[in-house]
Amino acid sequence: MQYLLLIHDRADEKAWEAMPEEARNAFMAEYGAYTEELRSRGFFVGANQLQPVSTATTVSVRDGETIVTDGPFAETKEVLGGYYLIEVDTLDEAIEWAAKIPSARFGHIEVRPVVMRTAGVAA
Amino acid sequence: MQDAFVRAAERWPRDGAPSNPAAWIVATARNRAIDRIRRERTLARKTELLGRLEELAPSDPEDDETVIPDERLELIFACCHPALAADAQVALTLSLLGGLTTPEIARAFLVPEPTLAQRLVRAKRKIRDAGIPLRVPPEHLLPERLRSVLAVVYLVFNAGYGPPVRRELCAEAIRLAALLATLMPDEAEVHGLHALLLLQDARRDARVSADGELVLLEEQDRSLWDEDEIDAGRRALDRALALRIRGPYQVQAAIASLHAEPETDWREIALLYARLLALTPSPVIELNAAVAVSMADGPEAALRIADGIDSLDGYYLWHASRADFLRRLGRGDEAAAAYARALELAPSEVEREFLRGRLSAT
Repeated sequence: MQYLLLIHDRADEKAWEAMPEEARNAFMAEYGAYTEELRSRGFFVGANQLQPVSTATTVSVRDGETIVTDGPFAETKEVLGGYYLIEVDTLDEAIEWAAKIPSARFGHIEVRPVVMRTAGVAA
Repeated sequence: MQDAFVRAAERWPRDGAPSNPAAWIVATARNRAIDRIRRERTLARKTELLGRLEELAPSDPEDDETVIPDERLELIFACCHPALAADAQVALTLSLLGGLTTPEIARAFLVPEPTLAQRLVRAKRKIRDAGIPLRVPPEHLLPERLRSVLAVVYLVFNAGYGPPVRRELCAEAIRLAALLATLMPDEAEVHGLHALLLLQDARRDARVSADGELVLLEEQDRSLWDEDEIDAGRRALDRALALRIRGPYQVQAAIASLHAEPETDWREIALLYARLLALTPSPVIELNAAVAVSMADGPEAALRIADGIDSLDGYYLWHASRADFLRRLGRGDEAAAAYARALELAPSEVEREFLRGRLSAT
């Protein structure tokens, strides 16, 4: 089963920039090690870090009109910072991998099973 | 089959021979084979199994030859998975393992039936769609998963203890507790819960009179208590205490064990309730502590404790206990009012009969 691990972490970009370079590097190195572990175990499907929420744009269409607004869909204390897409057998494994994500110690990881389609029909 | 015999030979001296040894051996052998097959299952197969297990009626002990114990254990760990909301865990276990109907579960938890039905539907869907595994959790997850399971097993027992008494539910809860005790012999609280259920179940025939009335503990005909079950409960409690890790189920079992003594040591029981409150504070436990204090120190101290509990205004036993303390203090009018309020809130006829009896005696 595929699971999307959505990383929600502190929205405070300034705090991140204020962190000493060493600390930031150490944090990113943790992410690197985590990704490598996922890959070597064969569970890695995809992952991306997202640019900060200040770069977000929200789009919706109502009555044929496209509405574009600056900012994320919802103003929240924690923001979506990135994701991992993994392939594991059960929710237990997905939970364990979610717990190992470095941001799990500060924010929240939402674990969402992906709808698996075969020949266009959801399983 | 060979290694099933070996396991049996190891287990029986410690746990006592199961009531149907041949079935146990067949079951264990099938367990091992099934374990192997299980590892190759697809999600669809798991969903199918879940569906089939759903259709199982609460099992009859005679069926042990065909119903493999571990299958139900896997189901209970799935039902009690932390990814499910706590109330969904309980409802699902009662539905799939306890065989309760949706209306029965709804009543047990004072929840509207459509709400409960939705809760069950959503929980089953989540197990299927989110990939909650149907298995006994791996070693490193087992301790935390066990806590939820114990809580749910206890709730199943209480649902069956009633009144009205539903023996098959209590028996089911005890079977599950015994299974857990075999699977996790080093877990003190598993033995603690097992002990508690046995000791409480031992009183089942004395709790409700021939006319279906509730009988208070101190008025029960002790000759109707199941002495073998009390002994079994005390042995389970000894196993728990030997592991030297205290916990709330063990304390409750110790209280139940004291109640089974010919002379009730209320002071000791009150002390144990204090310890229980420290471990698991709750208004209902505080109420039970008040009752113990009323016997050890008198109704005035007990009334003070009961009056200090804020949140039980909707709980019939709070009013009934206050009524009892007031009655013993000679405050008849207030006692009658409290009994009347308890009557309004009483959930079944058995309790109402009992309260009516008390009301007419004031």
